[in-house]
Formats: sequence, structure tokens, C-alpha cells
Amino acid sequence: MGWVRKTVDSVKSLQVKQVLLRAISLAMVFTSGLILWKALMCMTGTTSPVVVSGSMEPSFKRGDALFLYKNKDPIRAGDIVVFNVKGQDVPIVHRVIEVHEQQSNGEIKLLTKGDANDMDDRFLYARGQLWLKPQHIMGRAVGLLPYAGWVTIVMTEKPVLQYILVGAVGLLFLTSKD
Amino acid sequence: MHSFWLRANAILTFSITILAFMCAMASVSDCFNSASPSAQIQITNINWFQKQRNGNEEVSLTMNITADLQSLFTWNTKQVFVFVAAEYRTPKNAVNQVSLWDAIIPAKEQAKFRVQTVNKYRFINQGSNLRGKDLNLTLHWHVMPKAGMMFADKLVIPGYRLPKEYR
Repeated sequence: MGWVRKTVDSVKSLQVKQVLLRAISLAMVFTSGLILWKALMCMTGTTSPVVVSGSMEPSFKRGDALFLYKNKDPIRAGDIVVFNVKGQDVPIVHRVIEVHEQQSNGEIKLLTKGDANDMDDRFLYARGQLWLKPQHIMGRAVGLLPYAGWVTIVMTEKPVLQYILVGAVGLLFLTSKD
Repeated sequence: MHSFWLRANAILTFSITILAFMCAMASVSDCFNSASPSAQIQITNINWFQKQRNGNEEVSLTMNITADLQSLFTWNTKQVFVFVAAEYRTPKNAVNQVSLWDAIIPAKEQAKFRVQTVNKYRFINQGSNLRGKDLNLTLHWHVMPKAGMMFADKLVIPGYRLPKEYR
């Protein structure tokens, strides 16, 4: 418990200028990490959503992180795509099971289904919508990193944890003797 | 230089770097796998072939699917998702792909299989020009790794034809 006393002592001995300097260097560490991450995303054309539902088990489990790639190649049956239904926040990761591409105008109609679901996704689409179009698709899943998304899921589902974590890291950083 | 937090930070950063490197290596090892899968599909029966009230046609067929996908499995493979799609052209649509059946192969031992099945998913055409139509039955497989890049490929088997009349 001497650890607690040491922390309390260091909190008492803080000076404003020191605290500000530490706060700024902490912010810089966070933002440079964020810049690096976003720049990588930009350069490779990928994004990295996290799988939140179990509808693609056992291929993707809840908590896996996906690598998405978006390019001009037409979407074909078997592709695993990520899309947003109008009005819903959470993107859905499912497989394309039907493709119909019209001859006259190149218009493509897609039908998706989660591997673990018995029914296709028509019940998820907006009312009256029977097909998905390529513009609804955010990208195609090309790779997977298991368990890497759990931190994001926990943070999103219990937002209070975000505040606790940021608060704790900030406090520890600000009060460390080094 | 030896505070608890600095040490914890160093350990965490190092272990995350090593894990990321290992995942990348696992993925790269998949590139060295030269796969030689084989498959055959026979349509044993067209159960029925009807035109619905909304003008779309529907086909029900029974297929006999034999495949050997064992060479696709590596130590980094979690499972292989395999599906059979009917692919055809109509005057209205340049590309039509309809998935008829799929399965998940969790292990190499189950990758050599023979299955006789009615189409799992409904084969509904947009329009009514399937009579006498030629179609390809394509076996697609999607190799899902434990970590890293997924890859997919297919085997196109042409030469199937639907009956000239509804039945």
C-alpha cells in the first residue's frame, strides 16, 4: 500500500506547468498514434471494423477484427461484404449469395446472408428493399485478426469504461515521477 | 528508467509487436501452399421448374457433389467455406450468380466428400427465360485462416442445361 501513498504524495507535489507539459505530451502520443493508424488506412485503402454479431460463425467470431478492401472489381457471389442498412448504425458483415447484373445499364443487384443464419438478409434490409446495390457496400473482407476487436466492443457497449480508462491513464501519466 | 509503468509499457509494446509479426508470418506461410482441389457435380434430377405468379421462374434440382479440397488446408486454416452457384446469362442480365448449396468444412479430414442434396437455397430467376438455358455450376471455396488474409477461388463446370418446358 506504499504505492498508494507514493501516488498521493506525487499528486500533492504537482505544479501547474509540469502538469500542462505532461498533458500535452500525453495528447501528442495519442494523436500521433491516431494519425499513423488513419494514414495506414488511407494508403492501403482498407478499414478495420470489428465483428459484433455471431451471424457469421464459425468463420468470424464476435470480437474479431476484419480487414476490408474496396476497389472497383465487381462484387461477385461468395464475397464477404460489409454494408450498412439505412437507419442502422452497426455495419453488417455477411456473404453475397446472389448477384444479378443487368445488361443494359450495368446495374447490379445483390442478396446477402450470414453463414450461420438460415434465412437470407431480406428481413434486415429496409422495408420494401429486396436487393442491395454496390453503393451500399463499404468494402470486401480480405483478412482477419482474431480477438483484436474485443477492446472496441467492450468500450462501445460499456461507455463508462472509456472514461475510466482515459481518466486512469491520464492520472497515472500526469503523476508519474519520470 | 525502472519504474513499474515503463516496464509494463515496454512488455506490452514488445508483445503486441511480436504477435502482429507472428500473424503476418502465419499469413505469408499460406502463400507457399500450392493447392490442387478437384470436384465434380452432377445434376441427378430437375425436381420441378415452374413460373411463379410474379413472372419469375423457380427451379428445384437435386445434385450430386463430389469434391476433394484437402490440399487447401494449411496449419493456418480455420475452415473452408464451399458453395455451389448456378451461373448463367439471360438477355436481360449479363451476369447471374445464384448460390444453390453451401457447407462449412472445419477440418482437412472432412474436405474429401460426396453429397447428394436438393438445392439449399431457392433458385429464382429474374424473369422467365430459363427454359432450355445453358448454365455453369461453379464450385467456389473460401479459405478462412486463423489469422491473416483469406483467399477464394473457384472451379467452373460448364455444360448443364435446363429443360425446354416447365415441369
